Amino acid sequence: MTVGLEQYIAVSAALFAIGFFGVLRRKNTLVIYMCLELMLNACNLGLIAFSRFHGGMSGSVFVFFTITVAAAEVAVGLAIIVALFRKRQTVQVPELNALKN
Amino acid sequence: MTDLFFYIFATLTLGCAFGVVFSRNPVNAAMFLIMTFIGMAAHFVMLEAYFLAVIQILVYAGAVVVLFLFIIMLLDVGEEKKHRVKPLTWVASLVGFALLILGVVSITSSDNIKTASDSLPEAAGASLKNFGYELFTTYQLPMQVTGFLLLIAMIGVIVLSKKVKTD
Repeated sequence: MTVGLEQYIAVSAALFAIGFFGVLRRKNTLVIYMCLELMLNACNLGLIAFSRFHGGMSGSVFVFFTITVAAAEVAVGLAIIVALFRKRQTVQVPELNALKN
Repeated sequence: MTDLFFYIFATLTLGCAFGVVFSRNPVNAAMFLIMTFIGMAAHFVMLEAYFLAVIQILVYAGAVVVLFLFIIMLLDVGEEKKHRVKPLTWVASLVGFALLILGVVSITSSDNIKTASDSLPEAAGASLKNFGYELFTTYQLPMQVTGFLLLIAMIGVIVLSKKVKTD
């Protein structure tokens, strides 16, 4: 069985599902961020696979933008997490319930 | 041969992604994350996007994971306590997974996909030169907007991490 577009899309979808499950399941803000990165990477794989099998460059350029935005997002997100930790001394989501009720 | 490599690296990527989700220690999760990114870079190489594979290793497996590890060690995050996963979480992830499977099946069985050849076609000028040309002609405005985004992110991080004055 030769590896075609379907196999790459299947891997991409599986990775996205794993990341999604992790975001829902984990309570540690840092690990939730890692799972978000997994989901972004899944999208990148799909984009590159489509771009490669259809012979264009647009998908690769989009992946370049995604990586840039993801790097900026990680920097800002981790700064927010550090600020939150300074204020509340925790990174566990169940204990961050200031807006509850 | 390429097929064998595809399956090896797909297993590596997905297995390490499971490691990220299920490892209780955040440092172990970050290590699994590096392995996942390396597996993704291998996939990029197999798809002949060499430049993006290099970027993936440098930016993701290098900078991003180091940032994660730095913050984990700075905040001294310990092991996560065992907790019960709520039934609603299971339902939500299962529904999300089912929708995803539905989407993948409907996409891969549509005619738009079938027109592409089954195996890997010859690379149609997917070189770094073409990449740069495309980036600086067709996508020049998004490129510059990305530059501004990075600037704004940098300023935002400086503002966020400044010590709050208490008077």
